[in-house]
Amino acid sequence: MPDLTPPPRPVALRLSKITKRFGPVLANDAISLEVAEGEVLALLGENGAGKTTLMNILFGHYTADEGSIEVLGAPLPPGQPRAALERGIGMVHQHFTLAENLTVLDNLLLGTRSLWQARQHRSAARHRIETLADEYGLAVNPDARIADLSVGERQRVEILKALYREARVLILDEPTAVLTPQEADALFATLRKAVAHGLAVIFISHKLHEVMAIADRVVVLRHGRVAGEVATTGTDATRLAAMMVGAEVSTPMLAPATEGAIAMRFDRVVTEGFRPDLSGVTLDLVGGRITGLAGVSGNGQAALAALISGLARPISGEVIVAGRTVADWSPALAVGHGIGRIPEDRHHTGTIGDFSLAENAVIERIRDPRFSRAGWIDWRAARSHAEKLIASYDIRCPGPDARIRLLSGGNMQKLILGRVLEENPAIILANQPVRGLDIGAVRFVQEQLLKARQRGAAILLISEDLEEIMALSDVIHVISEGRLSPGFARGSMQPAELGLWMAGQGFDHAA
Amino acid sequence: MRLEPIAAPGPARRILPPLVALGATVLLAGVLALIAGADPLAVLGLIVKGALGSKFALLETLNRATPLIFTGLAVAVAFRARLWNIGAEAQLYAGALMTVLLGTGALPWPSAILIPVLALAAMLAGALMLMGPAFLKLRFGVDEVVTTLLLNFVMLLLVSMLLEGPLKDPMGMGWPKSPALLKEARLPRIVDGLRLHWGFALALIAAVGIWILDRKTVAGFEMRAVGAGEAAAGFAGIRVPRVVMLTAALSGGLAALAGFSEVAGLKGNLTSDLSPGYGYTGIVVAMLAALNPLGVVLAALFVAAIFVGADSMSRAAGVPTYIADILLAFALLAMVLALTMTRYRLRRA
Repeated sequence: MPDLTPPPRPVALRLSKITKRFGPVLANDAISLEVAEGEVLALLGENGAGKTTLMNILFGHYTADEGSIEVLGAPLPPGQPRAALERGIGMVHQHFTLAENLTVLDNLLLGTRSLWQARQHRSAARHRIETLADEYGLAVNPDARIADLSVGERQRVEILKALYREARVLILDEPTAVLTPQEADALFATLRKAVAHGLAVIFISHKLHEVMAIADRVVVLRHGRVAGEVATTGTDATRLAAMMVGAEVSTPMLAPATEGAIAMRFDRVVTEGFRPDLSGVTLDLVGGRITGLAGVSGNGQAALAALISGLARPISGEVIVAGRTVADWSPALAVGHGIGRIPEDRHHTGTIGDFSLAENAVIERIRDPRFSRAGWIDWRAARSHAEKLIASYDIRCPGPDARIRLLSGGNMQKLILGRVLEENPAIILANQPVRGLDIGAVRFVQEQLLKARQRGAAILLISEDLEEIMALSDVIHVISEGRLSPGFARGSMQPAELGLWMAGQGFDHAA
Repeated sequence: MRLEPIAAPGPARRILPPLVALGATVLLAGVLALIAGADPLAVLGLIVKGALGSKFALLETLNRATPLIFTGLAVAVAFRARLWNIGAEAQLYAGALMTVLLGTGALPWPSAILIPVLALAAMLAGALMLMGPAFLKLRFGVDEVVTTLLLNFVMLLLVSMLLEGPLKDPMGMGWPKSPALLKEARLPRIVDGLRLHWGFALALIAAVGIWILDRKTVAGFEMRAVGAGEAAAGFAGIRVPRVVMLTAALSGGLAALAGFSEVAGLKGNLTSDLSPGYGYTGIVVAMLAALNPLGVVLAALFVAAIFVGADSMSRAAGVPTYIADILLAFALLAMVLALTMTRYRLRRA
């Protein structure tokens, strides 16, 4: 059970009851944690668990609604990144914040000197950097331009930057996501040296074996709450996985649906240009079935979604729709093949913010004879279509002429859902369909998907929320680093087992 | 301080800020006149009178507005689709050049055929002028701001070279100008005896045409969609590269009509000072109009009136005509700010 013995060393950083709401969404719910000097604390959790929000509050990018932060015993003023920096909080972001056209030395000095200072003490700075680099094993040439450095080297520069500013608390946001295994080992060696120097390190990750390897303690976040806190010596990867995804997930009964033919098939599909790419994915989408795709985000979901949406083509393997291999592929063809697409990003790809509801409602079908003839748009038909969607999908809005930017996320999503479902699509891609929605909207969207399943649609549900996947899917596949697990029948797997697949285990001995 | 979007701006919110902007511009004109040592009210009066005070002044303003409507439309069409066309000046000269190449004797046809052919040929030249940069942008990611801007100078130098060489009028007493257009190639005046040619009517028709295209057609819908949300437009099945090329053709063609109309309607030949920067002023016109095609007509009339009025005022009051440039720049800034204020309110953070 959770090991809560207080760390014997002085506390470097203490977060007390941090709460942050974004509209109806509770991103952080009374999160408390502390990290001691000379300790590595891992912050573990799925995407959307609240890790990034918490770190943004700590660093002053956001202001918490409630709660307080203490650094080395003194309270940290909220909402001031500069204060966080001055008090010794150093952050290594997942996406680096370096000026690419400047040298390493310039990047380290950037922001540390007054603009009005006539002369820079470059040689002294260079000397200090070399000393630091030596001490922490961060080999990097101070005169190299950032643009010429590898990703691993850039990360070393980010860490050096934090150390140069005398950071006492070092936060690394998914630092190994971009590293090769060798580079990750070097990073771990550096972190060990850092804690030996008395730094406190917060290591954000969802890779279980790394957490077990480097951390002293683990705090697990789930749905914005602390789901557990353990010492790594008292736990193992399986138990961490269970904590991460939730130990008990009830699988409600689904009304039986008659499964139909294979509506869409992916046969050893390989993609190009994604991070990561699909490496030989084979998957059948069957009518009347919800296929759930579980996995930590950034493991190939984007590539698969782009493939279904028509935004990408496979470089090898086949995509077969209704029994025929698609040779040419584009979003327009996907729509033409009766694929209903609910994109992940409803603001950016799903809708055009400055367009009206009516315009957004017909944009996929504007060339359809229902809405235009010989290039002339029938706006009356478009508006009445939008009014129909507003009524049947309960979209709360001023009317069909209102700009869609003014709608809440839930109502925006209902419009997209209506736009898709009104066409009775044979295949539906539902990519994170309920992310960021309030409970009422979540239920509505899920009910509509189940209705479509009942009607015989083949649905691919992509979500990072394992509970959602387990509640709605007939078959579950796990995606990890572009590979697809075998399909698991509904109710045949425990969350913890799926969590292990999500963490990348099991793929080696899977066919 | 931060900006907070307003969900549904009321009528007062939509009308008031632009009026305040206009008032501020007038006020500035007065202050500038004071600085120049003249009576502010007299100067303002002279500007208005010079622009609108007589039949001659009014027609002069309409004539001056004609190329600005075309270049303003060209910029508005391109900017709406997020194609940053800074090269309307080059496209204008391309249109003018084409008009002169084909209209000085190469095609011995009657007016009813020759004029439409010249207009279409000019549009084609202007379209190609912008489709090049658009292609480079789509294919290689070359910034069209740079390419279209630089093409202005390339085009102007090309025209100068041609006017000193093969296109030089042998009867021109050595002046660098082209031979005169055929009589059949000249745009007739709308009313006999009044110095206003059919180019102005064509500009109005173009503005209404673009407005209809924007509101009523699939092509216009797709252009607006690509500008307002390229990713969403592509996701919805709109072929973005095709739409960008089409937009480039339309925008370049409209700017070229400015050149056609100046040569065939007003000047009758081509010189290298055909345009005093109509292509660049077109950007101001389009921004003042908030990229609305009908607004472009009003904005072009406003800008033309300031230029014509300031010219005449300068002769009468001895205040430098540069006051027009300052007023225009200020009016633009004030109007952009005002249009922002119709959609946002200022809140203390």
